[in-house]
Amino acid sequence: MNRDDSKIVAFCCEHSAYQAANKAGRMRLHYPDNVRIIRVPCAGRVDVQHILKAFEKGAAGVLVMGCQEGACQHLTGNTRARERVKYTDSLLKEVGIDGSRVRMVNLGPDMGQQFVAEVKEMAEKIEGEMRR
Amino acid sequence: MIIAERKPLEEIKNMLSGYKEILVVGCRTCVTICWAGGEKEVGILSSQLKLASSREGNELSILEATVERQCEKEMVIEELRDKVQEVEAILSMGCGVGVQTIAEIFEEKPVFPALNTTFIGMPEAEGVWVEKCGACGDCMLYWTGGICPVVRCAKGLLNGPCGGTRRGGKCEVDPEKDCAWVLIYRRLEKQGRLDLMERYYEPKNYRAVKRPGRIEAATA
Repeated sequence: MNRDDSKIVAFCCEHSAYQAANKAGRMRLHYPDNVRIIRVPCAGRVDVQHILKAFEKGAAGVLVMGCQEGACQHLTGNTRARERVKYTDSLLKEVGIDGSRVRMVNLGPDMGQQFVAEVKEMAEKIEGEMRR
Repeated sequence: MIIAERKPLEEIKNMLSGYKEILVVGCRTCVTICWAGGEKEVGILSSQLKLASSREGNELSILEATVERQCEKEMVIEELRDKVQEVEAILSMGCGVGVQTIAEIFEEKPVFPALNTTFIGMPEAEGVWVEKCGACGDCMLYWTGGICPVVRCAKGLLNGPCGGTRRGGKCEVDPEKDCAWVLIYRRLEKQGRLDLMERYYEPKNYRAVKRPGRIEAATA
């Protein structure tokens, strides 16, 4: 499988998921190298168009990673992000991209291992679907 | 304002089949407010069309534009004049008036509607719009307390409720909706004008506007 065909874009909230990714690095945890992390001030900043643009530019999967429920620094950014991800999923289904290629993940800033697990899960899912 | 809804992607794709260079045009007025055809929706539909076409191996070249008001010729000409030369077809995300304005100006290009124009209404809550006016051309709101029975009563009745009104003042046809005549009664009661409920209103002249409607201002 060509690694360029399976790029995953992870929009990471700088208050939580981005720090979790940092922690994964400090812990020397290995995660797939086809993940591209984009630091955002809040998951609520990620718009439907940003996600669609990622797919347009060749991403195979998108993760929107924000704070845990109730812990958003901007109060409702993560819940808004969840709704937008759900809506984007329906738009992608309309164009034939099925199978939850876009997912919302809630993480705390110290959840390095969980970050790696989520990224691996998406990577394996895409790899499995591309092999079919 | 005019309320519209986007057509299903499949229908839009079918309309555009055979054309490779498309200009998607939004409108910053009514359809922006009802989340159907503003700048953002133009971006979303363009992305969807690009993704769908590239998956089908028939990649489309898409230009995007958003006009302040698609129903004003001057604004359409100014915004689209140059872009139209670069495409084979135009996909309008304006209301039916917008589609026809563009089609009238750029007669040599086919113009397709991406929206279904549904009614004249207003926002009720975030993401919810309700019909308020049927543009009948013979306004009777002065004697119904500012509530239009023509469009807000499911049966368009002019002389009080139908008799099927549900408990809580809900409509017989759709229990989710209010009975317009209960609303009218309560409004007139607040205004001390309940005598209007006893008045008989003759059948309405639904031909007050001769189609197609046209109005010339007295000063024109």
